[in-house]
Amino acid sequence: MKLRNWIVAAAAAVVAMPLAVSSASAYELTVPSMDYRTGPYAPNGIPFANGWTDYWTMLNERDGGINGVKIKVVPCETAYNTKQGVECYEKTKKAGSGALVYQPLSTGITYQLIPKASVDNIPIHSMGYGRTSAANGKIFKWVFNFPATYWSQASALVKYIGEKEGGMDKLKGKKIFLVYHNSAYGKEPIRTLQELAKKHGFTYQGLAVDHPGQEQKATWLKIRRDKPDWILMWGWGVMNQVAIKEAASIRFPMDRFIGVWWSGSENDVKPAGAAAKGYLSGAFHQPGSNFPVHKDIIKYLYDAGKAPHPDFKDRVGEVLYNRGLVAAMWGSEAARKAMEIHKTKELTGAMMRDGYEALDVDEARLKELGAEGLTIPVKITCENHEGPRKVAVQQWDGKQWKIVSDFYDPDMDVIQPLIDEDSQKFAKENNITPRDCK
Amino acid sequence: MLFFMETVISGLLAGVMYSLVALGFVLIFKASGVFNFAQGVMALFAALTLVGLLSGTTPFTHIDNPAFAMPAWVAIPLTIVVMIVFAILVERFILRHLVNQEQIILFMSMVGLAYVLEGAGDILWGSDVKVIDLGLPQGAWDWLLDGYGLYIEKIELVAAGTAVVLVAFLAVFFQKTRIGRALRAVADDHQAALSVGISLRSIWIIVWSVAGVVALVTGVVWGAKSGIQFSLSLIALKALPVLILGGFESIPGAIVGGLIIGVGEKLAEVYGGEIIVAIFGRWYEIDPGIFSATENWFAYVLALVFLLFRPQGLFGEKIIERV
Repeated sequence: MKLRNWIVAAAAAVVAMPLAVSSASAYELTVPSMDYRTGPYAPNGIPFANGWTDYWTMLNERDGGINGVKIKVVPCETAYNTKQGVECYEKTKKAGSGALVYQPLSTGITYQLIPKASVDNIPIHSMGYGRTSAANGKIFKWVFNFPATYWSQASALVKYIGEKEGGMDKLKGKKIFLVYHNSAYGKEPIRTLQELAKKHGFTYQGLAVDHPGQEQKATWLKIRRDKPDWILMWGWGVMNQVAIKEAASIRFPMDRFIGVWWSGSENDVKPAGAAAKGYLSGAFHQPGSNFPVHKDIIKYLYDAGKAPHPDFKDRVGEVLYNRGLVAAMWGSEAARKAMEIHKTKELTGAMMRDGYEALDVDEARLKELGAEGLTIPVKITCENHEGPRKVAVQQWDGKQWKIVSDFYDPDMDVIQPLIDEDSQKFAKENNITPRDCK
Repeated sequence: MLFFMETVISGLLAGVMYSLVALGFVLIFKASGVFNFAQGVMALFAALTLVGLLSGTTPFTHIDNPAFAMPAWVAIPLTIVVMIVFAILVERFILRHLVNQEQIILFMSMVGLAYVLEGAGDILWGSDVKVIDLGLPQGAWDWLLDGYGLYIEKIELVAAGTAVVLVAFLAVFFQKTRIGRALRAVADDHQAALSVGISLRSIWIIVWSVAGVVALVTGVVWGAKSGIQFSLSLIALKALPVLILGGFESIPGAIVGGLIIGVGEKLAEVYGGEIIVAIFGRWYEIDPGIFSATENWFAYVLALVFLLFRPQGLFGEKIIERV
């Protein structure tokens, strides 16, 4: 009888051992990729998704993942549609070993995911987009929007305009128009620009353009009649291309036309050809592929036949590709930090959040990552989920984008009260007690 | 006054662009009673194919190979051939099997066709923005702008000229040719046309081919404004109010409807906010920008108002059914 028990136990152990081993080794760092490779916004969605996917894949191929743990990228097509985006979230949140972070690349989707991710304990990194007041980490524990929000960007762009006009006092009496995508995204900077207009005495007017923005003639007729001194644009997809062509058509000076950083990619200026020369946009990273990290991507993915989208090789280094890459790079650093904090390689969304909140990628670390000069150093704290708040201006020279200004700090005297007001309103509506970050 | 003129002219020219889209719908609806929801996607697909051939793009891989780039005089006829093959496939695999089916079934098949064609375009030619280089003029008409301060875009004038040529061609085709007469017979009465030996299938192929050519012209003209990209498929939505206004079966209706919609929406967008401020501004503080982004919905409001008074549209046939 005893012998039989021993045999059964040994057999069970033999059967269970490989299962246990395989379940331990089956853990993968799971990163959903909220792509939009179809629909009217695909030309913008594709390069970002490729940059995001390529960086994670390169870590697998070059380093065997992060600290030896493989990364699994789970793509899901949102088509830049909020409903589809929410479906993607629900579909992928338990994929693999559980989603670690979401990068929705859509302000509309981000707004919908904020309450969901807080319940599911998965961080959202709405990098330079999404709900601006999520910068307040005391209230938005699960959302990060570094390296700068739309409000910071609007303020930085107004500073750039002030500098070009010869000082902020020279803004008095000037007319600054905002041409914006008629969506949650496009409306984000309005409040900031209204406040800045009051402070500096310029005239602000908003002109909305409906999705997708294929036809904007009347908007540009109004601009031609009212002759603003500067135009800011919060556009996306075809809206950008049509707006730049229309601006060129009415002979609006391109060096007085500044897009948000989502309106400043190669796709946006290409259809206008030479007429787009001089057009400006916000930026928080360099374009181009002359960085060691790009060389590794080419070597370990494209030249090795491991690239998920091999036909993209010639476009590695485009503005939106680099943006996806930078997002993934910061995400991978957050994962490393989370492993360090929690002393485990099997991360959960909650651990990943801690990694994001302790993120500190300085110049030295950027150099180690092969991204020296590619983007700005980032340090996140419990209170400040927006991080460095630095925005530069880049210009299209007819062939490529080049950063043409310093990095500006936003006017926090104007923005901080707006962030506090909006985040506190959110906290009140959702019964959130602000965290004590001491 | 000059600015008002400019707004009206821009509206008329934009209206012509809408008419181009509506024309494709009308042709197919006249001949087969099918509301071709895929017309916008056909414009996209035709333009994608043309750009692909012009730039020597290898289908499926999306890699440009200048060695295979074709000149326009080869690429354009070849694109027309592709659209004719498409027409044959639509007749063979969809229309043939749906004769005498309910309108809603035909409509749903067109919705399906739109998705299939959009996917096919994506797989064959990729989703990136493509620049079409046919030497179409861009920018403002300098002579008018510099000499008279009047802003008119050259590409819109080209579109207007193209529309005139296209409508003239279609008028001659429908009125003076044997095939045209057969098309009109089918449009009037399918059964009667069949009884005198007109082949419905051939007629459908011809009319879908002509709609394919119209789609190519539409795609090129709209694509010249924004680059060829997938948002082009949404221009179909611009045609709907035009069709409601002009009538689903009338080519002149498509033109006049387009012009009314074009002018109406431009005037509403430019002056709507100011009118609201002028009326209510004394009581409330109103941002004149509040009435922006009207171009998408105002056309539908205008069409709805027309529907109240003339449900068949301006030029549509009044249907009287005995109970």
